[in-house]
Amino acid sequence: MLYIKCPHCGWRSQNEFSYGGDATVKRPELGKEVTDQEWDNFVYNRKSLKGKHWELWQHLSGCRQWIKVERDTATHEIFNTLKASEEIS
Amino acid sequence: MKTQSFRLENVGLINRNKKLSFKFNGKFYYGYEGDTLASALIANGVHLVGRSFKYHRPRGFFGAGVDEPYAIVQLYRNGETEPNIKATEQELFEGLEATSVNCWPSVNFDIGAINNFLKIFLPAGFYYKTFMWPKSFWFKVYEPFIRKAAGLGVASIKHDKERYEHKYEYCDLLIAGSGPSGLASAYAAAKNGAKVILAEDKSRFGGTLLTSEVNIGNKSGKDWAEGIINELREMPNVTVKNRSQVFGYYDHNMLVMSERISDHLPETKKFHPKQRLWYIRAKEVLISSGSIERPIVFGNNDTPGVMLSSAAKEYLKVYGVLVGRNPLIFTNNDSGYETAIEFKKNGVEPIILDTRKNPQSEIVDEAKNLGINIKFSHVVVAAQGYKKVKSADIASISDDKEQLGNIKNIKCDCICVSGFWTPTIHLASQSGNKTKFNEDIDAFVPGTSKQNEKTLGAANGVYTLDETLKSSFNTGYELSKQITNNDNKVSFPNVVEKKSSVHDKFWCVPLPKGKNYKRFLDFQNDVAVSDIEIALKEGYRSIEHVKRYTTLGMATDQGKTSNLNGLQLVSKIENKVVPNVGHTTFRPPYTPVSIGAIVGREIGKHSKPTRKSPMHLWHEKNNAVFVDAGVWLRPRYYKRGNENLFEGSKREAKNVRKNVGVCDVTTLGKIDIKGPDAAELLNRVYTNSWLKLPVGKARYGVMLREDGIVMDDGTTTRISENHYHMTTTTAQAANVLSHLEYYLQLVWPELNVNVVSTTEQWAGAAIAGPKSRDLLQKLFPNSDLSNEGLPFMGYTEGDLFGVKARIFRISFSGELAYEVNVESDNGNFMWEKVMEVGQEFKIQPYGTEALSTLRIEMGHVAGSELDGRTIPYDNSLEGLLSKKKDFIGKRSLSRKAFMAEDRQKVVGVVPLDKKTSIPEGSHLVKDSNAPLPNPKLGYISASCWSVEHDNPFSLAILKDGKKMIGEKLFVMSPLKNKIIPVEIVSSHYVDPKGERVRS
Ligand SMILES: [Zn+2]
Repeated sequence: MLYIKCPHCGWRSQNEFSYGGDATVKRPELGKEVTDQEWDNFVYNRKSLKGKHWELWQHLSGCRQWIKVERDTATHEIFNTLKASEEIS
Repeated sequence: MKTQSFRLENVGLINRNKKLSFKFNGKFYYGYEGDTLASALIANGVHLVGRSFKYHRPRGFFGAGVDEPYAIVQLYRNGETEPNIKATEQELFEGLEATSVNCWPSVNFDIGAINNFLKIFLPAGFYYKTFMWPKSFWFKVYEPFIRKAAGLGVASIKHDKERYEHKYEYCDLLIAGSGPSGLASAYAAAKNGAKVILAEDKSRFGGTLLTSEVNIGNKSGKDWAEGIINELREMPNVTVKNRSQVFGYYDHNMLVMSERISDHLPETKKFHPKQRLWYIRAKEVLISSGSIERPIVFGNNDTPGVMLSSAAKEYLKVYGVLVGRNPLIFTNNDSGYETAIEFKKNGVEPIILDTRKNPQSEIVDEAKNLGINIKFSHVVVAAQGYKKVKSADIASISDDKEQLGNIKNIKCDCICVSGFWTPTIHLASQSGNKTKFNEDIDAFVPGTSKQNEKTLGAANGVYTLDETLKSSFNTGYELSKQITNNDNKVSFPNVVEKKSSVHDKFWCVPLPKGKNYKRFLDFQNDVAVSDIEIALKEGYRSIEHVKRYTTLGMATDQGKTSNLNGLQLVSKIENKVVPNVGHTTFRPPYTPVSIGAIVGREIGKHSKPTRKSPMHLWHEKNNAVFVDAGVWLRPRYYKRGNENLFEGSKREAKNVRKNVGVCDVTTLGKIDIKGPDAAELLNRVYTNSWLKLPVGKARYGVMLREDGIVMDDGTTTRISENHYHMTTTTAQAANVLSHLEYYLQLVWPELNVNVVSTTEQWAGAAIAGPKSRDLLQKLFPNSDLSNEGLPFMGYTEGDLFGVKARIFRISFSGELAYEVNVESDNGNFMWEKVMEVGQEFKIQPYGTEALSTLRIEMGHVAGSELDGRTIPYDNSLEGLLSKKKDFIGKRSLSRKAFMAEDRQKVVGVVPLDKKTSIPEGSHLVKDSNAPLPNPKLGYISASCWSVEHDNPFSLAILKDGKKMIGEKLFVMSPLKNKIIPVEIVSSHYVDPKGERVRS
């Protein structure tokens, strides 16, 4: 079971969190015309990376904040966690 | 027969003041408190405990603890039975009962043993080869045969009345194993202020210190261990646990330990669990799991009476039990001598066969001085005897270990084998540690750590006590210093131990000419040298494939005694060095864990919390029959007399259409939304327009996922300027809240809105039926509830006999209806008042079944249509899609498949005979006689008995549904064996213009 440092609450076990997918995907702005390809890239197309991956988790049974977690998808090592408002650098 | 005739006087750590009686295979025996089932049986001269897995050869005891591959029994305790129990681990208690497994009809006469004489037909991969064809034989002939012949016991089919618990714990250092390295590191770390958990899988702490002749700090090893443990127990920063096996090493230094709290007692004490599973998050882990003695491979080396030399020593020194009176010690290192010396000290004359030519060490000298008969450069060629060793064929062996001398037969009643030691690296390997091969000890040891783990002592391939203690004290001190910043170092004790000489890298006795004795590598899975040879001949190369093809190192044993000899063999045949062969993956659990412990308290009704509405007691008192709705319990119908579900729900639904009914809708999800941008949020989340909803009005809304699929529906009401009350379906309540939080926190953080769940804060009652307004007016005499005062989709607040209430004029049933919410604490008061005042209007409570009937015949889509596969069009909700604004998922709706003219759509379905009920989930087809696979046009999503029309009615999602109204199709349910001719009608079967809700 992973051990995740919530930027708001501190170290918590994985079973308090739920997974939310790739954190680098940006939703197209509301009302903006987008091509099918752009929309598919937002809704469906994911790389399924092996290695470092910025992803979203929600601290569901805690502060309920969505956070960004940089995790190695192969080793589960976690390098960094950020608040929703913090930009991935 | 004299009882316990193999028990020594005055030796061992057992409690001779407490005699215990037990039963094995129907016979009574005696043992002592502190015995294991194995030691007590051996004390009584019982060595035949079971039959082997494949060939059903007789099986005795091989080890004295967790390494035991054979002695697996079925245990009976306090009216319960449990399979897969190792007799070497099961502590004896008064009244214990156990039976052998793998044998039928009895351990002494076993029909499956015929496999032993047919073993030429059961070589490696025999399952794959023998039972493959003819295919039709598999289920009828082969599988039942294998099922009956194999297996390691019988699982109980009764409810387990024992309790099992889970516990979460955090510590600075978790130390697995209480041998010398575990004790030393725990002591050093604890004295330096670290929070320590020390786990020992046996009942006694101390590991090898209990059986070895060493001296630490002028005390015997055993007394030193006892002193350390007693001191640790008194320390507030230390948790010391015996009977606790750390069996799994998972990510981020999470380890799982199973504590056997009651298994050693005749019955579990009141309020105690049987076992407890610990989830331990440790900053650092010290693996001090020791090592397991390796067997040497020789002919018939599975005969009862052949066992590890360290086990023989443990039975003698811990339990005061002789495994034989005429022991043969077969060794390639000094450890066998220690066992021989113990025999000798207790008046038994052992013979030592040492594969080495001329070993020089203190221990060898001691054995010589004691006058023990030692034959150097000698091996056991084969054990003789069927159910017990009677003699051994022995021979001298050449220096190159290839040639056997003349074979002699000598009498013996046990053969104690020592092929040197294999570090127990399972936990280290599970943690992701890349193990490396150590040539000096012919075994793998932990390499570079992946997680915060270190391996100490014998588990790390360090076999001298002095070095083990030094490094363990140091590691405990250094790690605790890093964590606590304390600097209290304990003094290092003086250590006296005998020096050993090097071992002989000999592991397998060659076969003498003309003999083809079975030489076993894996004792639990009956894998012999010849099986590995066949697998390699047949082209298997990867050790992982060899493992699966031959079953070497599989199952509960996880290769504890077999692993390295298997690798030696593969490397020899393949002409590779062992490190290049590599070892198979060690997987948790290290030892079997009971299913009960894994499940813990989450069984039956406790697998999830049960949520009840504030009116639950009233429902119970009024004969409600409950149904699980997610985690909620909801009344399905209120039973009157002998009514069944169909009759009861029909009565309730009819009464709603005719008079008035009340339904507990507390379980609906409720989300409180506040903030100046609340309307903007709703406008983006819902498909329809929300910016102009006035205060005091409700609106129905549908929300989509980004992929265009309907996520949920419900009504949201504007309570005041910046305050909205959203309702969701019972099932989606949690997901919708997360969904809103996602957009507010990540996508549109600029929106000034807060959302919070208020599901539990409000109790809800839906009051529906033509008389609902009259009833409501009596409940709220001061409110204007006329059609003008509170029109359809209106909202007001009222006073319910002194209780503040929210009144929504919304309808799920299609009737004139209201929903009244009060704070949860007042829920029951509200309900009772509704029932009391409603008497004159012939009110009846109605449950979820009537609720479904009412919504189905109205054509109101719900969870069975909004099933995560349908878009608004499919549910005839396309009228709610705003063309003027963007919303979540809108862009997806313009994808080609979602725009198709012949898309599926919700329709009504009526059986032509107006009698036959249509099973939910049935398929709709054009031609009931078409050849299979019959093209499926759609499926039945929900069925009811229409109370309005008094005939069956269903909703279906049907391809090109729009054009299908009036068509005649067939409903097919192969599951219920039904073919029903039906007509497709509008989904709005009752009041299609929706006049009643507005009346
Ligand atoms: Zn948090």
